[in-house]
Amino acid sequence: MMEVKNSMLLCFPSLSQNERFARQAVAAFALQVGDWTLVELDEIMTAVSEAVTNAIIHAYEHGVGEVRIRARILEGNGLEIIVEDDGIGIEDVAQAMEPMFTTKADQERTGMGFSFMESFMHELSVTSKPNQGTSVRMVKWLAAQSDTQE
Amino acid sequence: MQIELEMKNRTLVVRLTGELDHHTADALRTAIEKELDKDVATSVLLNLQGLTFMDSSGLGVILGRYRRLSQMGGQMAACCLNQQVRRIFELSGLTRIMGIYPTEKLALEQL
Repeated sequence: MMEVKNSMLLCFPSLSQNERFARQAVAAFALQVGDWTLVELDEIMTAVSEAVTNAIIHAYEHGVGEVRIRARILEGNGLEIIVEDDGIGIEDVAQAMEPMFTTKADQERTGMGFSFMESFMHELSVTSKPNQGTSVRMVKWLAAQSDTQE
Repeated sequence: MQIELEMKNRTLVVRLTGELDHHTADALRTAIEKELDKDVATSVLLNLQGLTFMDSSGLGVILGRYRRLSQMGGQMAACCLNQQVRRIFELSGLTRIMGIYPTEKLALEQL
């Protein structure tokens, strides 16, 4: 019989006090994948924090909407995290992912969010539709597995 | 996040405890700006010993204050970085533009 791998869905309003809750909840779930190092757990938390902050600041810049995090344990000791929103969407995803690019420099945004997600996770893909929302998918493999995955 | 401020000569020492993200960034920005507006401090030292987490929102606040100090001809430095915070500093290039010290005492001697 095929083993069912664990998964979870977390939904919350785009309020900034949920940034910490979201990254800590995902880190707690991640522990089921295996023995991450503290550095790897920090990387997961930073990546989640960046994706959730983007949803709060950019996707729902005019109000509050729902942010969803789907996390799943993958075959081969991997963790998949999808952060989605139903917000304004990103017009030019490639441009948004360029290091230092930001539409909100006046608010002291650094444009480093996607760079951190890319640096800290093994896979990153972003899909977005104007006025429908954005989905950020990230995957991280346990270090012992990463050699065979890359 | 807790913010503790202390003036040492003309250096504003900012000691942070907790997590610096988008949610807590505004409080830090406001606290440092308020002190700089008094025109007493010529440099700022961030003591990050108690800071367990920081993301790009925290980076934005630090860079913003760095720019203001640079324009004033002042300096900014940081000390006592933990592993996660150091990583963010390194990836963003902050370690190249700002003095980073292992202790508050060493940092104050340099400012």
